[in-house]
Amino acid sequence: MSATLISVSQARKAFGGLIAVNDVSFEVREGELIGLIGPNGSGKTTMLNLISGALGPTSGEIKLAGCRISGLPTEMVARAGIARTFQLVRVLPSMTAIENVMAGAVFARNRLWGPRAHDFARELLGRVGLMGRENSPVSAMTYIDQKRVELARALAADPQLLLLDEWLAGLNPSELLIGINLVRDINREGRTIIMVEHVMDAIRTLCGRCVVMNSGVKIADGAAAAVLADPDVIRAYLGDDDA
Amino acid sequence: MMGLHRNEMVVAAFGLAAVALLSLLPLVSEGFALSLGVNLMLYAAMCTAWALFSGPTRLVSLASAAFFGVGTYSVALGLDSLPFGALLLVAALSSAALAGLVGAATLRLSGVYFVIFSLGLAELIRQIVAWSQSRFAHKMGLYVFTDLTERDLYWMLLALTSLVFVVGWLINRSRLGFALRIIGDDETVARHVGIATARTKIILFMISGAFIGIAGAISAPRYAYIEPQAAFNPMISFQVVIIALLGGTRRLWGPLVGVVPFIILMEFITSRFPNHSSVVVGVAFLAIVYLLPDGVTGLLERLRDRILRRAEPGVSSTTRNEIGEKAA
Amino acid sequence: MQILVTGLLLGGTYALIALGLTLQYGVARIMNLANGETLVAACFVAFWLFTVVEVNPLIGMLAIAPIAVALNWLIYAGLLQPLVRRARNRGMLEVDTILATFGLLFLFQGLMLLGFGGGYFSYKFLAEPFLILGDSYGLNRVVAFIAAASIAALLYLFLYFTRYGTAIRAVAVDPTSAQLVAIDVPRMAGFAFALGGALTACGGTLLSTFYTFNASMGVVFTMKALIIVIMGGVGDVRGATIAALILGVAETTVASLIDPGLTLATNYALFILVLLFRPQGILGRASA
Repeated sequence: MSATLISVSQARKAFGGLIAVNDVSFEVREGELIGLIGPNGSGKTTMLNLISGALGPTSGEIKLAGCRISGLPTEMVARAGIARTFQLVRVLPSMTAIENVMAGAVFARNRLWGPRAHDFARELLGRVGLMGRENSPVSAMTYIDQKRVELARALAADPQLLLLDEWLAGLNPSELLIGINLVRDINREGRTIIMVEHVMDAIRTLCGRCVVMNSGVKIADGAAAAVLADPDVIRAYLGDDDA
Repeated sequence: MMGLHRNEMVVAAFGLAAVALLSLLPLVSEGFALSLGVNLMLYAAMCTAWALFSGPTRLVSLASAAFFGVGTYSVALGLDSLPFGALLLVAALSSAALAGLVGAATLRLSGVYFVIFSLGLAELIRQIVAWSQSRFAHKMGLYVFTDLTERDLYWMLLALTSLVFVVGWLINRSRLGFALRIIGDDETVARHVGIATARTKIILFMISGAFIGIAGAISAPRYAYIEPQAAFNPMISFQVVIIALLGGTRRLWGPLVGVVPFIILMEFITSRFPNHSSVVVGVAFLAIVYLLPDGVTGLLERLRDRILRRAEPGVSSTTRNEIGEKAA
Repeated sequence: MQILVTGLLLGGTYALIALGLTLQYGVARIMNLANGETLVAACFVAFWLFTVVEVNPLIGMLAIAPIAVALNWLIYAGLLQPLVRRARNRGMLEVDTILATFGLLFLFQGLMLLGFGGGYFSYKFLAEPFLILGDSYGLNRVVAFIAAASIAALLYLFLYFTRYGTAIRAVAVDPTSAQLVAIDVPRMAGFAFALGGALTACGGTLLSTFYTFNASMGVVFTMKALIIVIMGGVGDVRGATIAALILGVAETTVASLIDPGLTLATNYALFILVLLFRPQGILGRASA
């Protein structure tokens, strides 16, 4: 069994009186691909924001490969080796596709610059299916292509841990298939991934393990098939009446 | 971004030719024309330096007068003990230090705080300088006697402007410049790709402030007698902002476009209608916001894009002329 | 003790000026750098009413406030709303409004300089001593404080106990959600901007009864008001009031114990302390 890459212990985030994440703990081992799921408003994205350093936890601790990262500024978390995509795609609108991807390569762990960053970014664009689109302005790209650029940017950082926030949402069936294969390939290369996702087919095919949250609390953690059959999880998604 | 491209060489050659040509001015003219030339060159340096920071970050700094004054006072206070060249360095360092302090206090927070803080900064330092002068030195101002002529000052300012350009160009092709473009686009993304956004902004503000400080130091000999009111004149800050925005801050050379028309306008106003300068500054700000939000260069670029889209293949010399006519 | 009371009396008027700005920035989201010019204009109108028409400034305020409402509403609807509409995000709006109101600042300041020159003005209104705890203070300062406190109290009642006031506070908290509960956000923003202008004008009128003013002092008061607003927490009426009193006392203390030339330095010292230690305002909670 491989080593623990990220460990979240008793993480809590309160916004005033609202507790968005309530003492959640879980671990992810190196090379795992886990799904972080739960109904809307259950605190998944807040959890992701805690891991990526966008937010600091009110209490609790998050460690990456044994080093504490909770409480560090976002950029230090990024440099420690965590990269992410955003729920609502965030590209750099004034730049071209390749510049967007280079942004990921220049400042994070591998700190490439010059022709090497350029070549690396071009390679990654090809990887996500945007070969030959290097110089297109991202503002003129479709939503799907912008998502691809965003994924390439996250990969450009050569992250130890990749966070995907509903990256598969909004894709049509054939795009979804391509997307699922892409995520699987990335994981098979040994990249650890946590994905927040609502597309259950993708969760079933991709994730070995799932962590389920509801109202800020972790309600289940285990093999995807088992977790999705858990009555508590079904109740959380569908409400009490249907359980 | 990588290596020298062909058109970069062309631009560099044009730049060198322009500098060479401009450096001839003091040889062919003196008096009023030279004095106007010094003024133009002063604002060319300051506005380009201002835009180094405020262009990509879109944070309006109103602190130029503070850096200018700090530079001026560096010379006035140190003239007896240090050579002029060393004083320029002192001016740069003390302005950069001031910028660093201001940046550290405000640039980690929302942009409005920075603008407000910079708005009163020159006045704050003026008050402190005036107070400490009357309290400890019992006098209002300081004499600055040098053997530097207007000509020397002009050449120094020309050299400074060129230096700002070279530094600006180097920043643009460096990691720092790339980081700034990312910050200007989306600060959240910038942090998530590993950019220390506050530190990046502070470093750039210090570079920009240092250049404005040097400009102030070079201007010190022009005053002969330096008082806080003149050295920390808030009008300097406002004119710098107007000129840079009038020219446009998206290109390094954008602010230059604003220097000549506005300085000549202000010279005209202050000599003919000395009481109207506030009104003119006010109207200039409003005109920029409502009529030229991207400055003259932004307008030209938009016109060029529109024409390019209409006449797809290449830009001929005739379309270039059309652009010029429409802008005129 | 005397310093404390003088400072508090001054702080009362500051509070009114800053309340005007906090309404404009907190609700209408316009950082109005020309706020101080409204104040100076009110000073001049009050001066003119008192010396030429012989109208008591407190009564003059009844005329000045509605005029200020009308003019500020015109400025909002005519000049600022187009910027709100064209802005693609909050950052762009901020830059645009700062530059536009900056233009207005100079335009108004320039016009007043042309009209009245750069000289200092003052008039004698209730310039007689008034005893508080054995020390004497100018009656005009005491009256100005009471008037400012009454207006602030009225504002408080309006904001916290009327439907309209609640709507304004809702817009201050979250314009998008306010729209969802059927609040006409642009109208509220315009109204808050106009009301804010009127409050500042009232502050100016009161200030003119005991303060020597001139055409170019607007910026200084804008600075003070901005610092108070930030100290109090943007959009926070109670915080701004407390911050104004603190600023008034601090300024008076430094002016009388060290040097009157250092008032701005005092303002900045407070500003820096707030930025470093409580950037969310003295009463504010850390926001998400």
